[in-house]
Amino acid sequence: MISHVSSNQLAAPLRVGIVGAGPAGLFAADAFLTQSEVPVEVDLIERLPAPFGLVRYGVAPDHPTIKSVVSTFEAILLSSGARLVGGVDVGSSIGAGELRECYDVVVYATGAATDRRLGIDGEDLPGSVSATEVVSWYNGHPDALAQVLTAGSVAVIGAGNVALDIARLLVSPYDRLAQTDIPTATLPAFARSAVRDVQLIARRGPAEAKFSTKELRELALVDGVSVTAPAADVAGVDAIGLDRRAAANLRVFESWTEPVAGRGRTVSFRFFERPVAIHGENRVTGLEVQRTRPGGQSERLVRPVEMVVRAIGYRGVPIAGVPFESSGGVVPNAAGRVVGLDGRLVAGVYVTGWLKRGPSGVIGTNKQCAHETVASILTDCHTGAVVRAPDRPRLTDVLQRRRLAASDARGWRAIDEEERRRGAAEGRGRSKISDWATLRELAHRTELQPT
Amino acid sequence: MTYVIAEPCVDVKDRSCIEQCPVDCIYEGGRALYINPDECIECGACEPACPMEAIYYDADLPEEYAGATASNREFFTITLAGRSAALGNPGGAKRVGVVDADTAVVTAAPVRAE
Repeated sequence: MISHVSSNQLAAPLRVGIVGAGPAGLFAADAFLTQSEVPVEVDLIERLPAPFGLVRYGVAPDHPTIKSVVSTFEAILLSSGARLVGGVDVGSSIGAGELRECYDVVVYATGAATDRRLGIDGEDLPGSVSATEVVSWYNGHPDALAQVLTAGSVAVIGAGNVALDIARLLVSPYDRLAQTDIPTATLPAFARSAVRDVQLIARRGPAEAKFSTKELRELALVDGVSVTAPAADVAGVDAIGLDRRAAANLRVFESWTEPVAGRGRTVSFRFFERPVAIHGENRVTGLEVQRTRPGGQSERLVRPVEMVVRAIGYRGVPIAGVPFESSGGVVPNAAGRVVGLDGRLVAGVYVTGWLKRGPSGVIGTNKQCAHETVASILTDCHTGAVVRAPDRPRLTDVLQRRRLAASDARGWRAIDEEERRRGAAEGRGRSKISDWATLRELAHRTELQPT
Repeated sequence: MTYVIAEPCVDVKDRSCIEQCPVDCIYEGGRALYINPDECIECGACEPACPMEAIYYDADLPEEYAGATASNREFFTITLAGRSAALGNPGGAKRVGVVDADTAVVTAAPVRAE
């Protein structure tokens, strides 16, 4: 039996297992390690050998400034009290119940790993892909399938920054992309790209788009690219009462309403167009949309495109043994405390980040989100709702008995150094390693050497 | 390019932005907060957090706050009144604490009435 002891008697640190070493998990680790109420030992359990989640596999490769948050994350990873347990999948390597046995507190921070679907005919045709597939491909995710850019015209469905990222990458000149960290083996697909025009398809109007102004403006800054927005739709917006971002976006759209004569690639915004079907026999040949202007007539038309990318939002993925709310794609919770289907709190199990609040906000949003969850945990330590047991099994021992070797921060260091070395050989900062075999080999190389 | 804090912050210093910043690059001066342009990663988390709407991406700054970009930078590059050296890039506001000084632009701003 576990005996109840009050917090001031405790010498043993609170053992915390955070599942997912992306922004949500790392900010949670930081919140634990920068408080002084409760001594802690934090394991960051990550499915991949490389940490940083969507900062590594989601943020666009041509956004190195945002990616520089990695140096903050690395400092968290290397702080005393934190440990990376890489290459461990909660679900297949170890069950949620078994994991719970290893820790006083488990915090799920696995984000929203899949995409929302359109639910229209033709969505599974070759040439119709999700934003996740495209983004994880150019970002070198080891699970990503190779994509081909044989389409001349591409429709990107969505009115958020992910849609902008994909449009911008698809129309970028090769030389621009060759400076990024895109894997060496992936770059030739961009060199051979047939893409001439990208249409950004939005269900609603210019004022409702969720683009951030800075990233919207960036589209037109790409060399050789002309951007157009339909003048009538932009002029039809009532600018009064718009919030600051919508008003700023509208000004950007207004600057794009003049048709541009250019020989380069184009990006065209299409507003008030709801996708209803993807056409094609063996491959995508068109996107059928229902176009409805507010107060106007509705019409159906087919946009002739050879590739359709849906970028209409991410969705959380359920973890076996952890409550899940499939409508919102989140783990039901109260300030980060996981709530079971019976409405009762699940002792010792917490959630943070996108899996907690849904896929919204920017990297920094996860910091405050993590603080809320960690505050709940610290409160629960004081009230006795969290029970510290000194005799818990060690996760790494459990894994070892199954002949599963986890990697650590040194393993990540080895991957990082090899990626920089490969990049330097090509005159750029980094070339990402995107295959499981090499990632694993590098991540475990350090174990063979005495340290 | 970076996010910058403009005049509506002066004498308010709500500090909500500080909690949002993932890299702790928002520093506290005497009358206003300042974003270190070399440490900002342009994630934009701070912008919607400010109840005063004082934070802008510098390309979006209204003309009336045009001096804010230089002012935010100067807080780190100029030796402020009462200090022996420029702040530079300390790598985190938490370790610096409150700096009881301001830039010329903020010092010249009219005192905000309660």
